[in-house]
Amino acid sequence: MFKRSDQDQRPSVQIFVDGVAVQARGGDTVSAALLASGRDVRRKTAVSGAPRLPYCMMGVCFDCLVTVDGVGNRQGCLVPVAEGMTIEIQKGKREIER
Amino acid sequence: MTTIAKRDSYDVVVVGAGPAGLAATAMLAEAGLSTLLLDENAGPGGQVWRAIASTPVTKREQLGADYWAGEDLVQKVRASSAEIIQRATVWSLDCNLEIGVSAGGVSMFVKARRVILATGAQERPFPIPGWTLPGVMTAGAAQTMLKSSALVPDGRTIVAGQGPLLWLLAAQILRLGGRIDCILDTTERRNYFGALPHAFTFLTSPYFAKGLALMKEVRAKVPVVKGVSELAATGDGQLTSVTYLAGGRRQTVPADLLLLHQGVVPNVNLAMAAGIEHRWDDRQLCWSPVLDGDGNSSVQGIAIAGDGAGIGGVDAAVFRGRIAARATVEALTPAAAAGLAPTASFRADLARAERGRAFLDCLFRPAPQFRIPSGDTIVCRCEEVTAKDILDAVAIGATGPNQLKAYRRTGMGPCQGRLCGLTVTELMAQARGKSPQEIGYYRLRAPVKPITLAELAAGPKTDASVKAVVRG
Ligand code: FES
Repeated sequence: MFKRSDQDQRPSVQIFVDGVAVQARGGDTVSAALLASGRDVRRKTAVSGAPRLPYCMMGVCFDCLVTVDGVGNRQGCLVPVAEGMTIEIQKGKREIER
Repeated sequence: MTTIAKRDSYDVVVVGAGPAGLAATAMLAEAGLSTLLLDENAGPGGQVWRAIASTPVTKREQLGADYWAGEDLVQKVRASSAEIIQRATVWSLDCNLEIGVSAGGVSMFVKARRVILATGAQERPFPIPGWTLPGVMTAGAAQTMLKSSALVPDGRTIVAGQGPLLWLLAAQILRLGGRIDCILDTTERRNYFGALPHAFTFLTSPYFAKGLALMKEVRAKVPVVKGVSELAATGDGQLTSVTYLAGGRRQTVPADLLLLHQGVVPNVNLAMAAGIEHRWDDRQLCWSPVLDGDGNSSVQGIAIAGDGAGIGGVDAAVFRGRIAARATVEALTPAAAAGLAPTASFRADLARAERGRAFLDCLFRPAPQFRIPSGDTIVCRCEEVTAKDILDAVAIGATGPNQLKAYRRTGMGPCQGRLCGLTVTELMAQARGKSPQEIGYYRLRAPVKPITLAELAAGPKTDASVKAVVRG
């Protein structure tokens, strides 16, 4: 869906998306890194389980909700990536034992 | 990077480090007022100058001169005495000018003698069938990715909607080597007549030449379909095609990415939650705060500057920031105000910057069918409520947006009405034969952005708040 312009010289940063290593760039937000990864990073809504991807990328729509380093429902479009960060794609409602 | 405010009270707290917030902060700090600038993003710039201090786009001409115009102001603020906290989410502001702000996973409370809100604008909702599908995004989203990460569309891409930002984004995507297959222009033909009375001021405004040049640049590379009066995104769990109606012909084209844009509207959540009076603006079709000439709102001590005060664009935002800051200096330290340029000169600057705006508002007034959807089209993305659901609720007695919450939970999801509020107001107004002003808006309350309970619980407790919950 998106590609990186070759003028981007930022250092790469490794994050883990559902346990898989993904190369992001320093300064990417989590959502930008996920969209650039080419992986299927669609979350499922808590209401109907419908698939969603980030919509606004500016903190307004909350369609980028993601679990970052164990904390759920973070706005991925507002959180910058950091080396070793773990991301989990949210699938529907949170289960009670988790 | 700072995540904790150095003091617990300031002369002025400015919320938002876009053009208005930066311009205000620069002046306040220069006048010697203790100033705290809080901003939600990783770096200053707001939307229009997003990532200006960190963008990986090194070929400067690709972003354009208007983008880099923000550099001086950013440098000035960074070199000033003002404290800046980035990635700070203001989630509460009350009439005592107490601000609840979350940064680095911790919430703190700061007091201010004055507050300037410069929370800017957001994309106007564009509720078409399929707008929640993965692969449908706002034009602003694509522009954010382009500026802050040099990411550009790569698959089959369609840009749909209207307005100056749409053409700027298209030009930037093409300059950076991104792909656009086609532009679907939804500008209504009748708007050209509506805008005619304002044409002269527009022709003599800076918008005219810039807009024309951008459109020419884009048209040379991308086919443009004019007069698009219907639009739908389809796909099974992922966008695969876009269907549109133009000139009586319905067409379906394959697509991986659909970028939507029909203008921007003030970001009202924080201001409304602070109790600031807003009114329906019929020309801009949105809620705007009621302000005096200095940007002072209906809540004593809180001023609003920038697009949050009504859409005026980047130059107007800078001047509104200066006007609000100057009035603040005048109120808090009159002696320092004597050294500043007179308000009249800022007002003249503002009037110049606002030239041509009326024309743009009329020409790019979004068509009713793109603001007020029908049938199964989702209105509230968070709670997944359709237009039909809302009309059904009206039929059994829902009178306004706040009553509707009890019927359908619209506006009660995490976005707190940001992506459905305008649609709900207009939809209910139409269904009930009332004006949007009469129908009103959601009653917004803090926290205006979700914070964790742990963060809230860790906050300071007053005797009164402890008494409220402790038994006997
Ligand atoms: S993508 Fe809209 S809030 Fe993050």
